[in-house]
Amino acid sequence: MPNNWRRFTSDRRAAYVAFVLLGLLLAAAPFLVGASLGNGWVRILDFVLLYIMLALGLNIVVGYAGLLDLGYVAFYAVGAYLYALLASPHFGLHLPVWLILPLGALVAGLFGMTLGAPTLRLRGDYLAIVTLGFGEIIRIFLNNLNAPVNLTNGPQGISMIDPLGAGGVSLSQSFELFGVQVPGIYAIYYLFLALALLIVFISLRLQDSRIGRAWVAIREDEVAAEAMGINTRNVKLLAFAMGASFGGISGGLFAGFQGFVSPESFHLMESIMILCMVVLGGMGHIPGVILGAILLTVLPEALRYIGPLEEALFGRVVVDPADLRMLIFGLALIVVMIFRPAGLWPSKTRQREFSSEAEVLEHEQDALYDAQR
Amino acid sequence: MVPRQRLQQRNNILDIFLQQLINGLVLGSVYALIALGYTMVYGILELINFAHGEVVMIGAMVTLAVVNMLLASGVDIPGIMIVAAGLLVAISVCMALGFAIERIAYRPLRKAPRLAPLITAIGVSIVLQNVAMIIWGRSYISFPPILPMTRHEIGGAGITDLQIFIFLLALVLMAGLVMLINKTRIGRAMRATAQAPEIAGLMGVNVNAVISFTFILGSALAAIAGLMVSAYYGIAHYYMGFLLGLKAFTAAVLGGIGNIAGAMLGGLLLGVIESMAAGYIGDLTGGFLGSHYQDVFAFFVLIGVLVFRPSGLLGERVAERA
Repeated sequence: MPNNWRRFTSDRRAAYVAFVLLGLLLAAAPFLVGASLGNGWVRILDFVLLYIMLALGLNIVVGYAGLLDLGYVAFYAVGAYLYALLASPHFGLHLPVWLILPLGALVAGLFGMTLGAPTLRLRGDYLAIVTLGFGEIIRIFLNNLNAPVNLTNGPQGISMIDPLGAGGVSLSQSFELFGVQVPGIYAIYYLFLALALLIVFISLRLQDSRIGRAWVAIREDEVAAEAMGINTRNVKLLAFAMGASFGGISGGLFAGFQGFVSPESFHLMESIMILCMVVLGGMGHIPGVILGAILLTVLPEALRYIGPLEEALFGRVVVDPADLRMLIFGLALIVVMIFRPAGLWPSKTRQREFSSEAEVLEHEQDALYDAQR
Repeated sequence: MVPRQRLQQRNNILDIFLQQLINGLVLGSVYALIALGYTMVYGILELINFAHGEVVMIGAMVTLAVVNMLLASGVDIPGIMIVAAGLLVAISVCMALGFAIERIAYRPLRKAPRLAPLITAIGVSIVLQNVAMIIWGRSYISFPPILPMTRHEIGGAGITDLQIFIFLLALVLMAGLVMLINKTRIGRAMRATAQAPEIAGLMGVNVNAVISFTFILGSALAAIAGLMVSAYYGIAHYYMGFLLGLKAFTAAVLGGIGNIAGAMLGGLLLGVIESMAAGYIGDLTGGFLGSHYQDVFAFFVLIGVLVFRPSGLLGERVAERA
């Protein structure tokens, strides 16, 4: 008993210390990164947070409910264009940001339901192609709705979008806070961090909720889930709507951060990238998905240093680094999946599913031994 | 004045119809060839081979590279022979590629969770695109005008020798494939593996060999389709495989993925729908939607079909697992 107690307190203390350290690290991250790598990397850090939000949104649909969605970027686009239309000179509307973001979540959620409703009967890969088609439909409409009525300004996109900000403080340029000049990208970091943490929190709470367990049940066996009294239709629709609304919020943030949106940003490749983050990190496991989002956002940027590296190694640039960058990225996807098929950081239950039977047996025997003792 | 104008308009609409039907069937037969590659692999492994479109692209690029090399060397042989030589090289390269892709990216993951091979497929596709970009550059490569392009008139619509050739070759290849699958020993092994891989293995079928063969076969068809597309449009590009693959996959799903006849039907149907949409969408909507909505139209048709037939046009209803 005392032994257990000590372990309990020390575990608690270790967790507490780790928690505080992580918090400090997150708070200091932009300054550390900015000082060591330059402000360009702070911007990348902002994008990392944005992609974490997107990946967590898709994780609800793919990771929890097991519905393969290849058109997730459509909801991102809906959120971004809603923000762009309601807060730019394009229509001359300038609604407050904090009204548009929830509105974006709502509208994107409705789009999610619209996509979900006709596809409820479809199985795995049929669902994938329909969602993919839906994503393309949205993009093509955005690309072409500049005539006869100029709604989206076509391929040129919408520019001069109102920046994110509150109370007259715009986060697009640096501003003064308590006598210190704070560059906008730093402030954006804290804003995104707060929202990302909120989405992590919601995801965590959803995971163990009644709804979250219903999603996992559907993922594992839809027929059995239905037999257990789960209303699969409503629960699936809810997964689509929830995932989509996260995408909508991220889209709005993207538009306000970037100040410019065009259909180019919402290409199918973007959907695939977000899906890669979820699967590569570890489907349905929040820390894994976050890791996936961080890696896949940072890796292509880090690979920009290939050019100088080539020069250092061979004395000249052998292959154009821009070409080599994505090649290495693709190779990384293959290698990681082959060596860690369940993802880089899968949840414990999934890990157990894919570990060899001998290992499982060993674990079980250990447990038995513990129980007997 | 008015009736005559209307008559002319109607004639126009009919001409457009025939012309678009011809274009659609030709394009659709190419889609069908590519869709067969998707559907055969899916039938056996239940895997979306996302990299298949890139194999088509490699086929087109290799053909063009060989053709241009032969032309530059100044050998005096007819254009068709030059293209045939290029195609032979492309087919061999693509077969090797298909075999390698399966061996490296899919086989180690056969027992892995379902989405893992999808991610490696995406990885392979990115790698192939970038390899092609490094080898052949970012610009469009044009197809040299060495193929006969005589235009024939049929009832107000035109069709070129090349179009006739593409369509007929595609039909012959599809007929050959059906024969192969239904009449030969390896075809029977393929069907058995598609139905139940483990039982097929117990019955003495070498399942791994069958899977490799399927990939090789699909890649050979992809190489031919690659030549057809680049000859038809007159250009090739390192990025062409993406959209082609997407269209062909859509066609396969439309027909019912895993179903050979479905892939052919879906391909032809998608080709016709697309070119009809390109020809008529402006008139139908009073100029509100232009021809650049043809892709949207194709996807709307796909979604519409799947809502009413969730397993595609010819797909069997799969009982949900108990």
